[in-house]
Amino acid sequence: MELLGLSPALLALFVSFGFMVGVLFGFFGMGGSFLITPTLLILGYPAPVAIGSGLAFYFGTSVIAVLKHYDVGQVDYRLGAVLFVVLSIGIELGSRLVFGLEALGVAELVTGVAYVVLLAGIGLLFLRRAYRLEDAEDGDDGVSDEEIPPIARKIQSYEVAPMLSLSSGGRASLWTILGSGGGVGLVSGLIGVGGGFIRMPAIYYLIGTPLTAAVGTSLFAGLFSGAFGTFTYGMSGGVDLTVVSLLLVGSALGARIGSAATAIVEEDDVIVYFGIMMLLASAGIGLSELANWLGVGSLDALSVVLLVGSSFAVASIILYQVLASSKKAETDTQSATDSRG
Amino acid sequence: MIESAGLPPVVQATALVGVVFVQAVALYVGYGVLERIVSPLIDRVANASA
Repeated sequence: MELLGLSPALLALFVSFGFMVGVLFGFFGMGGSFLITPTLLILGYPAPVAIGSGLAFYFGTSVIAVLKHYDVGQVDYRLGAVLFVVLSIGIELGSRLVFGLEALGVAELVTGVAYVVLLAGIGLLFLRRAYRLEDAEDGDDGVSDEEIPPIARKIQSYEVAPMLSLSSGGRASLWTILGSGGGVGLVSGLIGVGGGFIRMPAIYYLIGTPLTAAVGTSLFAGLFSGAFGTFTYGMSGGVDLTVVSLLLVGSALGARIGSAATAIVEEDDVIVYFGIMMLLASAGIGLSELANWLGVGSLDALSVVLLVGSSFAVASIILYQVLASSKKAETDTQSATDSRG
Repeated sequence: MIESAGLPPVVQATALVGVVFVQAVALYVGYGVLERIVSPLIDRVANASA
C-alpha cells in the first residue's frame, strides 16, 4: 500500500524525522537542512534530488523563522541585496557542479564526503563549546552585540575598490562580499544546506557588521537565496515535493516545541549530546559511503540507525527534560500550596 | 517536483517555490491556531484531574 507514492513506513519516518529535526533546531536555533540531505542520500535518493529537497526544506523553515520573529530584525538591506545576488550565483554554480558530478557518476560520493567533513566539524565545534562552558564561570564573553570583531576591522582596513557602505557606518570591499557570499552560496548549492551556520559568521567576521545586523541580514539573504536554490533545482526536477512537505509538517510542529523548550531546558545541559549526535551522523554517512564501496547492505542499515537514531535520541533527551522540568515545577507548586494550607 | 507535463520548467519551478512558501505559512498559522485551542483544553483537563 502506498500513500503519496511512499510506503506508510517512509511516510511516518519523514514526518517524525522532520519533527525531531524541528525540535533540535528550534532549540539550538538552526535550520537543520544539513541533516535532511544526507538522510535522503542514505535512503537512496539521487544527489540532485537530495540536495534540491534539502534546499526546499531550508526555504520552508526560513519562511517559518521569519514569520516567527515577525520581521528579520536589524537588516542591512543593501548588503542583504548584494549578498542575495552573490549567494544565488554561488548556488547556481554549485548546482551546475552537482549535475556535472552526477554525469560523471561521482555526485553521491563527493556530497557524502563533504557531509562527513561538515558534520564532524560542526560536532567538534559544539563539543569544544560544551567543554568551554564547563570551564567558564559564566557565559558572558564581554563582547557587545554592536561591536565589530577585530578581524573584520582588519579586513575592512584594506580598501580595495569598489567599496560598499554598510548601515553600521563601516565600509566593506565588494571583493570580500563576493568571496565570502559566493563561497557560502557554492557550498549551499553543492551540498544542499541553507548555510546559515557559515553565512552568519561570514557576515560578522569577514564583511564586518555588528552581530545583531549579521543575524538579521543573514536571515534576509538566506530566505531569498533559499527560494532561488529551490527554483534552480526545481527547474531540473530535483525537488521531491512530497518528501519536503512531509518533513515540513513534522518540522513546523517540532520547531515550536523546540523553541518553547529553550525557556525550560538549559542549552548547556544538552549541548554535549548535540555535538556527539553530529559526530555519529558524520560516522553514519562515512559508513554509508563505505557500504556503497564494499557493496555491504548491512552497513547501510547501520548508517541510517546512526544518522536518524542519534537525532531521535537527542531530541528525545530535550523532550524528556521538558517533561521532567514541568513535572518538577508542578510538584514544587503542589508542595508550596500544601505547606500554606 | 510538481508534475504538470505541459508547463515549461520555469513555470513549474516558480509554482514549486510558491507551494513551499504557502505550505510554510499555512503550517505556521495552522499550528498557531491549534496551540491556542489545545492549550486551554490541556490546562482545563489538568486542573480537573488535580
